[in-house]
Amino acid sequence: MKKSSLTAFWMILPAILVISVIAFFPLFETFYDSFYSLSLRPGSVKRFVGLMNYERLMRDPRFLADLKHTVFFTVVSVSFETILGTLMALVVHQKFPLRGLVRASMLVPWAIPTAISSQMWRWMFHDQFGVVSKFWERLGIIKPGTPVLGTPGLAMWAIIFVDVWKTTPFMAILILAALQVIPEELYEAARIDGANAIQRFFKVTVPLILPTIGVALIFRTLDALRVFDVVYVMTRGAVETETLAVYNRHVLMDRAFTGSWFGYGSAISVAIFIIISVFAVIYMRSLKLKFD
Amino acid sequence: MNKTITKIILYTSVVAIVLWCVFPFYWAFISSIKPDRDLFETNPSLIPHRVTFINYLKVFSERPFHINIMNSAIVAGATTLFALIIGISAGYAVARLRFKGKIIVMSLILAVSMFPQVSILGSLFLILRSMHLINTYSGLILPYVSLNLPLTVWVLQNFFRELPVEVEEAALMDGCSRFRLLWSIVVPMSSPGLVATGLLVFINSWNEFLFALTFMQRPEKYTVPVAIALFKGATQYEIPWGQIMAATVIVTLPLVILVLAFQNRIIEGLSAGSVKG
Repeated sequence: MKKSSLTAFWMILPAILVISVIAFFPLFETFYDSFYSLSLRPGSVKRFVGLMNYERLMRDPRFLADLKHTVFFTVVSVSFETILGTLMALVVHQKFPLRGLVRASMLVPWAIPTAISSQMWRWMFHDQFGVVSKFWERLGIIKPGTPVLGTPGLAMWAIIFVDVWKTTPFMAILILAALQVIPEELYEAARIDGANAIQRFFKVTVPLILPTIGVALIFRTLDALRVFDVVYVMTRGAVETETLAVYNRHVLMDRAFTGSWFGYGSAISVAIFIIISVFAVIYMRSLKLKFD
Repeated sequence: MNKTITKIILYTSVVAIVLWCVFPFYWAFISSIKPDRDLFETNPSLIPHRVTFINYLKVFSERPFHINIMNSAIVAGATTLFALIIGISAGYAVARLRFKGKIIVMSLILAVSMFPQVSILGSLFLILRSMHLINTYSGLILPYVSLNLPLTVWVLQNFFRELPVEVEEAALMDGCSRFRLLWSIVVPMSSPGLVATGLLVFINSWNEFLFALTFMQRPEKYTVPVAIALFKGATQYEIPWGQIMAATVIVTLPLVILVLAFQNRIIEGLSAGSVKG
């Protein structure tokens, strides 16, 4: 018994060590620095300022606007992804020729780096030569010559569109896994009881895939709240699309080299961490961790 | 009649799904082989009239794109190797050994996967700078290993649990140590799980953007996503779209092939890694 614990300790130690040095220690440092005023210039002086950075945060209109953008992005994109993802899963769960290939093609948007697919979409949203811009013009969604990525409001919708494009097939694949393990006997029993297709869907399918949808939804929310890549590449945060992570990096990496902004940047980091922690706790609970 | 309508709806949906997933890549591809005068055409045609491969040559002659590919391959490869070695050992302990505080250890490891990366961006930059690791491969590999460990440990411990326990018990009876048992019996038996996990880690590290953008500050050190996101033209106002699309095709093609070849393994790993309700 004692020996097994010792072996386990040595086997887990490397993992804990790496995670402590590269994740937990920097996180602690971020908390610590958020109470200071400091710059990244070599030789600059570090000064304790107490809660000043947090007071400034509450009054920073850019931070508050970005918080709004981030929440908007998260709510809208995750809702679309969940609904479309469920529909997509139901479609590819049916029998049809080349089903394997279709399912494989759904992994492609997920597998491509977001930074790269965002460049592809930036080209398709080009105001003069973009194929999607042209398509939207034909459909009457936008006026001819509208710079989609340069128009406030529209730009955020374009970013949401790209995120939905990338993540919906991924959601669908997770939900599909849940659909596949529903035993056929349940449908059979419902059929014998006289339930029609719609009743079978809402009484059998929905309750059984709901837990998976729930977990996937929280997982996606966590991801969407820290969105960076797609916004940075598509607009650099211009035209009311800036999210918290984009602003945070700007303060830490652009401003902090010229002025004493690093402490304030750390306060933003802490704020993002706290917002996401709330959802992370819900997620961890929903996983129902059980180990003997 | 009813059946025909259902069929039509089904096939239309399937075609829509495939178009949704694949059209952007088709568009990137045909944009990359159009000469500039066709590319910058206000009514873009869905099929290229003239084909050129000049963009594919320029990607390598006008910028160090082959070096960017090498950077990404080294960083993602090394990350996969280290994450697997560390993850195998931790995952096995969690799956097979009894010890106090297992839930705490596992929760700590999983918590890292939920960290907003940007929360540690600044302090990590300072730490790496003080260790002179900015603009080095190690400066990216270290953070990537740490970011990928939660997934690795979680997926592998799930996988190890499924293995038949009898072989291991027999080996232990013969006086084999846990370490030898792990590396000479369990690991060879787990190659499917290791391939699935390794692929996920490799794709994650190949795709990572925020850290790569921040910790690699010289163009010859950029990884592929950063290089493509920061592509610059001859002048400040000209964006070389044809070249960007060519570069995109060059690096996405291997990923697409990888995904098509290993789709089942990847789906297994994904389902085990993110949603285990």
